[in-house]
Amino acid sequence: MSVKRTTILTKEEINRAITRISHEIVERNKGSRELAIVGIRNRGYFLAERIAASINQIDGAKLPVGALDITLYRDDLRVVSEQPIIHKTEIDFDIEEKNVILVDDVLYTGRTIRCALDALIDFGRPRTIQLAVLIDRGHRELPIRADYVGKNLPTSQKQAVQVKLEEADDEDSVFIEEKQDA
Amino acid sequence: MPKQTKKKPKWIHKDLLGLEYLSNEDIILLLDTADSFREILDRTIKKVPALRGKTVVNLFYEPSTRTRVSFEIAAKRLSADVINIATETSSVKKGETLNDTGRNIEALKADIIIVRHNCSGAATMLARNVNISVVNAGDGWHEHPTQGLLDIFTLRKKFGHIEGLNVSIVGDIAHSRVARSNIWGLTKLGAKVTVCAPDILIPPGIEQMGVSVTNDIDEALYDADAVNVLRMQFERDEKAAFPKQLEYFKKFGITEERLKKTRKNIIVMHPGPINRGIEISSKVADGANSVILEQVTNGIAVRMAVLFWLSQAMDKGNKHEASD
Repeated sequence: MSVKRTTILTKEEINRAITRISHEIVERNKGSRELAIVGIRNRGYFLAERIAASINQIDGAKLPVGALDITLYRDDLRVVSEQPIIHKTEIDFDIEEKNVILVDDVLYTGRTIRCALDALIDFGRPRTIQLAVLIDRGHRELPIRADYVGKNLPTSQKQAVQVKLEEADDEDSVFIEEKQDA
Repeated sequence: MPKQTKKKPKWIHKDLLGLEYLSNEDIILLLDTADSFREILDRTIKKVPALRGKTVVNLFYEPSTRTRVSFEIAAKRLSADVINIATETSSVKKGETLNDTGRNIEALKADIIIVRHNCSGAATMLARNVNISVVNAGDGWHEHPTQGLLDIFTLRKKFGHIEGLNVSIVGDIAHSRVARSNIWGLTKLGAKVTVCAPDILIPPGIEQMGVSVTNDIDEALYDADAVNVLRMQFERDEKAAFPKQLEYFKKFGITEERLKKTRKNIIVMHPGPINRGIEISSKVADGANSVILEQVTNGIAVRMAVLFWLSQAMDKGNKHEASD
């Protein structure tokens, strides 16, 4: 068995995708007033910070950024084999009546996003929740879709999509891994 | 943002019976998890669904407000259902044994029993006799592990670390399960613990737990980063051997004057309920050094962490059985 690795996005392409998503967010929301950005730990949170910085360059706004840990909302807490690590949820601002941009790295089954929606709504009632993801790889198990997508990536379920970000992994890249018979 | 280099946590215990039986890693996992849970208590909607569908039974053979309510709130914040059994109004009055009560609670399909009992070792015996999780909420003079954990959690929040701290425990060491749980946990994490009390309230051989002993309160306070003030349990003084209340306050009471003579700005803790004017003055209890009420809040987060990991261990254990 060997692992075949195909690069999908380079550092520059990730940067361009984040810049484009940021422009789309500002355009769709007619500016950045009442916007807040919440990233799903861990890599979604790093992307959220990057989007906030990018929107800051576009129109000077300093948006509040929060981090969401969705472990306690998982529907598979009872069945996953490994034990979870509980990280802190840090949302230090009021999300009531805000347009909240929820950010994650990969959109796959949609179950993580379902958890995140439940978790977010436990903090209050935002005006809207919009979803931004770096990669949409398909195979949804719930009726959930993204509003902003860095790259649509048709995959098979045998493949693994890896997002690496400098904040956690010392490099910026997205690649697909697939186990192959040698 | 620090990088995630942490090892995967591993919690394998069915029960929480005492800090003596936990590894350093176990204690740190509970403290870290409590740290993540702490924020939930400040939300508008103070609830997460992690223990949805679980049933927690409070079985208290001794009076308790703080601990029972704290466990009840902790369980409810995690969406568990909570049943309180007050032994005065239950079949315990009709002579049912602890083990039989426990087996009946298990047969009622509860998941976790939280037990307080006046006999040392009661929780351990119960844990051996039921397949569901047991949390020791205080057994005689033995241990009160969640109180120990919440004291350590409060210290870690104040100082950022436990290793190297000087912690003095003052009061009735001999009859105190709080002291014992604190000593086990603090020494495991590398704190230096001193116990201070009149000789009659110091159990012989306590030095073997790795603590220093003194009868001089000013010496105990002088170099301490924190002092944990225990309640004088006069109700346990059957032989009337304790010093009289006023005498105790004069010799061992924590007062502002005493705190002024110390080298550091000392943190004052107390597991409650406090006896004002006996082991601690009102001014100190309500003063700037006191973290007594923070301890109460932190207690919920710590108990949430305990309930969460016990429930995780049971779910994983069951799954293991099923797949075998």
